[in-house]
Amino acid sequence: MADPVTTTPVLQLKNIRKSYGSGETESEILHGIDLRLERGEFAALIGPSGSGKSTLLNLIGLLDRPSGGQLFIDGQETGQLDDTGLTRLRGQRIGFVFQHHHLIPAFTALENVAMPLLVARGRPDADMFAQAGRLLDQVGLAERKQNLANQLSGGQQQRVAIARALAMSPSLVLADEPTGNLDTHSADDVFALLREVNTRLNTTFLIVTHDQRLAARCDRIIEMVDGNIVADRRHQAATN
Amino acid sequence: MKSWMPFEWIAAIRFLREGRMQSLLIIVGVGVGVAVIVFMSALLSGLQANLVKRTLSSQAHIVLLPPEEIARPQSSAAGVALRLQKQAQRLRSIDQWQQIQARLEALPEIAAISPIASGPAFVVRGDANKAITLLGIDPVRYSGVIALPERMVAGQLRVGAGEAVIGIELAKDLGADIGDKIRVTTAGDATETFTVTGLFDLGNKGVNARNVYVSLRSAQSLLDLVGGVSSIDISLHDIDEAERLASKIAAETGLTADSWIKTNAQFVTALTSQRVSSNVIRFFIGLSVAFGIASVLVVSVIQRAREIGILRAMGASQGQMLRIFLLQGGIVGFFGSLLGSGLAWTFLMLWRLMARNPDGTPMFIIGVDPWLVAIAAGGASLVGILSALLPARRAARLDPVVAIRG
Repeated sequence: MADPVTTTPVLQLKNIRKSYGSGETESEILHGIDLRLERGEFAALIGPSGSGKSTLLNLIGLLDRPSGGQLFIDGQETGQLDDTGLTRLRGQRIGFVFQHHHLIPAFTALENVAMPLLVARGRPDADMFAQAGRLLDQVGLAERKQNLANQLSGGQQQRVAIARALAMSPSLVLADEPTGNLDTHSADDVFALLREVNTRLNTTFLIVTHDQRLAARCDRIIEMVDGNIVADRRHQAATN
Repeated sequence: MKSWMPFEWIAAIRFLREGRMQSLLIIVGVGVGVAVIVFMSALLSGLQANLVKRTLSSQAHIVLLPPEEIARPQSSAAGVALRLQKQAQRLRSIDQWQQIQARLEALPEIAAISPIASGPAFVVRGDANKAITLLGIDPVRYSGVIALPERMVAGQLRVGAGEAVIGIELAKDLGADIGDKIRVTTAGDATETFTVTGLFDLGNKGVNARNVYVSLRSAQSLLDLVGGVSSIDISLHDIDEAERLASKIAAETGLTADSWIKTNAQFVTALTSQRVSSNVIRFFIGLSVAFGIASVLVVSVIQRAREIGILRAMGASQGQMLRIFLLQGGIVGFFGSLLGSGLAWTFLMLWRLMARNPDGTPMFIIGVDPWLVAIAAGGASLVGILSALLPARRAARLDPVVAIRG
């Protein structure tokens, strides 16, 4: 792993706060979060429900804006960006894998994977489908390219979602309970796939999970309680 | 996936195709609306064109008459009470009518000009004695203004010396037929005998019973208008220009110029109010079509909230989301208008089969103007886009965080 001090971190949070409502009804969900993720890290974000994990993930994913503090993606400060700028940065640097896989049912597996490229380039081209095809090959779905999204099993859909998250070669992939909806066997497969992508492409992962077993297989475990990071442990994961 | 299509088009079409039933229903809804509008417009313009044509079959578009004579007191010495009586108008010739005719011929709006010498007279045949309007015409010129040759039912339009063409009603009243002699007497006691050479039917009973066409020269001598004409009939290329042109000619020549619009004021008002009421109906049909499209798209935005959220998370901009939904409105409007034009065409064909005169000829000719179809298609697409405005803005402003969680 690269030296964390001298290289630009993929993600850096400085005193990030988030509150909802205003005046008397204002309630702060995140109370000043500091966090740094280096290139190639494979980190789990754990904590009980309501601890602010999802809120934090939305902020990191540039889907929402913090109420205070600074957020850097690949060294770029995001506070000054307008909605278009945030959207562009999100599209290029961040990949999402959601719990409910969230494919677009009107499109085939191949088209779903090519979607971020299509959104960015505006028009379809042969190159984007070739790339999407390679990604589907890598996640083991070479045979399912032309199936509509809702004709695939849960595990298969989640693999498509992972391929889609990688389409733009993002620096950071955010996964929100990526195995939450899958049986143990599929969950292990999907997790192994994430791990494989991480080692092969050196992509940074931040995985929100409830599953202690999965968390234990990550290189780093960040634990949140009541809007604060209470523990941040690095260790050599069991599977490596 | 078509490679030339932008992302927004692809997404809009896929979304519509996926919500097959919804899309189909709203396209049919738009289609019915467009069909009613197109059918009604075609029917109305056919009906109005037919009415105008029938009305103008025995009328010139503009009639030029000598200026009205007004009595002016010769002296107005103080203290003398003067009572002005409206003067009776005598039959007079239009001053310098040849020059006026030559000047009018230079106007591009004018299709034909026909000088006419006309006045009241009696026609006598045996015991029958009828009041008529004697019209002295140049048949070639007159045919340019009123389609008399097409309206001949017997004989021919020939008004040489001692020849007259009369209406079918007058022929019936007099018991006269082609080749029979009639005698025309004017108030000035001038008399001439004519041979009937033709019978016409101008579709108007009064005209058929009253008009007697003779040569310009015969009428001039009978009416004591030697070398003169009492009016100039004008036909135009565009009948809607009649009023404007009539004022222009009146101002230039000092003559009285009556347009058909003025002479048939009530008729024209009736046509206008018919048009206004049909526009009101069209407007409300358009409005209900727009609300239909909008309501379907509003539901679609709610149903697709999650997909909108994912697309936004993948970097789709607000503008892209806005365009996807605007396009859906436009596409629904466009296909609805095609369906509607097809339906309207079918209705019109059926109408042609059903609405017939007793003799089997079509009651009147109506056709689907290609322009009307093009306007309907363009208009419906525009209405589609406009009615998609609200739902599309909603889609664009959807908070991705809420949408994904939803």
